[in-house]
Amino acid sequence: MYKILSKITLVPTLHEFVIEAPRVAKRCKAGQFIILRIHEEGERIPLTIADFDREKGTITIVFQEVGKSTKQLATLNAGDSMLDFVGPLGEASHIDNYGTVVCVAGGVGIAPVFPIARALKEAGNEVIGIMGCRCKDLIFWEDRMKDACTELRVTTDDGSYVCKGFVTDKLLDLINERGKENIAEVIAIGPVPMMRAVANLTREYGIKTIVSLNSTMVDGTGMCGCCRVTVGGEVKFACVDGPEFDAHAVDFEEMMRRGRIYKEEEQKSLEKYTNKSCTCSCGCGGAK
Amino acid sequence: MTEEKKSKKVVPTKYPMPHQDAAVRARNFEEVALGLDEETAVLEAQRCLQCKKEPCRKGCPVEVLIPDFIKLVAERDFAGAIKKLKEKNALPAVCGRVCPQENQCESYCTVGKKNEPVAIGRLERFCADWERTQGIEVPEIAPSTGKKVAIIGSGPGGLTCAADLAKLGHKVTIFEALHVAGGVLMYGIPQFRLPKEIVQAEIETLRKMGVEIEVNAVVGKFATIDELMKEEGFDAVYIGTGAGLPYFMEIPGENACGVYSANEFLTRTNLMKGYKFPEYDTPIKVGSKVAVLGGGNVAMDAARTALRLGASESWIVYRRSKEELPARHEEAEHAEEEGVKFAFLTSPVRVISNDEGWVTGMECVKYELGEPDASGRRRPIAIKGSEFIMDVDTVVVAIGQGPNPLVPKTTEGLETNKRGNIVADPATGATSKPGVYAGGDVVTGAATVILAMGAGRVAAKSMHEYLSK
Repeated sequence: MYKILSKITLVPTLHEFVIEAPRVAKRCKAGQFIILRIHEEGERIPLTIADFDREKGTITIVFQEVGKSTKQLATLNAGDSMLDFVGPLGEASHIDNYGTVVCVAGGVGIAPVFPIARALKEAGNEVIGIMGCRCKDLIFWEDRMKDACTELRVTTDDGSYVCKGFVTDKLLDLINERGKENIAEVIAIGPVPMMRAVANLTREYGIKTIVSLNSTMVDGTGMCGCCRVTVGGEVKFACVDGPEFDAHAVDFEEMMRRGRIYKEEEQKSLEKYTNKSCTCSCGCGGAK
Repeated sequence: MTEEKKSKKVVPTKYPMPHQDAAVRARNFEEVALGLDEETAVLEAQRCLQCKKEPCRKGCPVEVLIPDFIKLVAERDFAGAIKKLKEKNALPAVCGRVCPQENQCESYCTVGKKNEPVAIGRLERFCADWERTQGIEVPEIAPSTGKKVAIIGSGPGGLTCAADLAKLGHKVTIFEALHVAGGVLMYGIPQFRLPKEIVQAEIETLRKMGVEIEVNAVVGKFATIDELMKEEGFDAVYIGTGAGLPYFMEIPGENACGVYSANEFLTRTNLMKGYKFPEYDTPIKVGSKVAVLGGGNVAMDAARTALRLGASESWIVYRRSKEELPARHEEAEHAEEEGVKFAFLTSPVRVISNDEGWVTGMECVKYELGEPDASGRRRPIAIKGSEFIMDVDTVVVAIGQGPNPLVPKTTEGLETNKRGNIVADPATGATSKPGVYAGGDVVTGAATVILAMGAGRVAAKSMHEYLSK
């Protein structure tokens, strides 16, 4: 069993768990992910590793309550355990000394960007962080990001914190200030429309850009092919070939279409979960 | 004995296997074949001639003591029969259900020369099922040798290898990537053909034999083979990671919403219990008209599963004719009885989808058969201008799987061929890396449960020799 050692609610629907998983912590690297399952009837939920401690044998995950499974995950507390926790999965980020690297994080994407930024800084890069959220209440890990980056720029869509604008606005400012030739690479993680917007911007300037794709997955080891994405006209499996890919080659439209395959089912499941008037005799009180 | 044999009149046909009615079973996930009762099993066992040459055993990759166990069934000594079976087979309830007996043991049966062969598979299943109602007996274990063995993958090959080595007194740990042990027996083969409770019962016996099973353990990710051997003290390793990499047709539109690999379709249904959604959280989506591409057992499983998930039409689309179907005859027949339709000599050229990316049809081309090719089957040739649109909203690709590359990719000095299969000596299972053995689909390419078990057994034998040095 994989015990939750601590739980912090970062913003109302966003939680940070530190989980005891020594096998995963021993070998994981920035950019990799895990798959967890809450209980016997549960889905296999993929989540990017947000932090790790090799000595303590722990993994940190950050997740947003979206559907039934993540809402149910959020009901767990320190001391509880999850049934399954497997990893590290996927290829690690390529960390090298590139020069100046921009790490762009949107919303819950701040969590997976953090260990990559830290690893890049440790490898001697100048790391400029750009993090953005819809509003002030959704900002988290600003301090950690400050430590992980050489310089951090923050923005909110509605201007309720620091300044008003999107991460792409900040990125454009930066390109204008520094010159495109002085930016070795951009790494962008966040909602798909944000990653696509970053890709479209940097394509114009010819700046190499990496995105991390959170496609729908089942096994996460290359067996089911559910997570397939088209990259540069070739079919790749996000779970084993990725999750990181060249942003300029990813077919984001297809990825978004595939991401909606189970929309109706997810809605149905969520409604059943939140509607506590469930009359089943299992004693779940509507939790199933 | 000889006199008795001479005077014995063989019942010409097998005693029939009771089945769930086709129309009913096509809409539920309960087991299709119901199993023989004691009386029928005894009568069927009495059809065996107990011939001295035992040709049936030649046809069994794990060399089950067939005439011996059948004799005990005929004598109503069911406890003795299952014990005899388990001397050679750790998974009799599984093999009795999914082995292609018609091409193996039963095809060599002496009775079968003039009449229908003895139903060896049905008798094997009978014994295993009988034992399960009585409480499974754990085989005897040799005193500890002090040696540690890691088995990678808990499919039929890994389980067989583990059982054999545990019996010999070695400490065995199985590493399984998924959250339950059983491999393809759990994620691939449907509940209606192989109930999961039965797989778990057989695995439980292994646990009682002292075999440790570590689930959620992806070798190559949390630790490499070298690390297992150097840091965790394993003296030998068996790789039985199977053929878990789905092939696609590589035709336009194949990433449309509603196109599944058979692996995904079956994993969502079997392992994740998608057919019980929303009681179980993993959904599976099946439209009203489903096309399954391919003609093997996996394709039959997918087509039959589609009907059970509520599809009104389920088609097998296969580019050769009925005679060339690679699936077991019985499985194709069961599928047909349940209402699966067959489009033979047909192959898709593209998947058509709507604005939202959902499958709305499939363009196919008709084929005719030419001369036999390298595989010995008549080569299908496309008929020019025969294109037509098949009206389907779900497509399942079941054209085969390759070896999962995770282990070969992360193991230095492990030789693979150009298809990505691990190179291993068929007589010993030995790979290019000392102490590391491999077998089953990861070596041979996708095959059957019993062949993987045979490979597991061969490797166990040579691993024991290696460990005893």
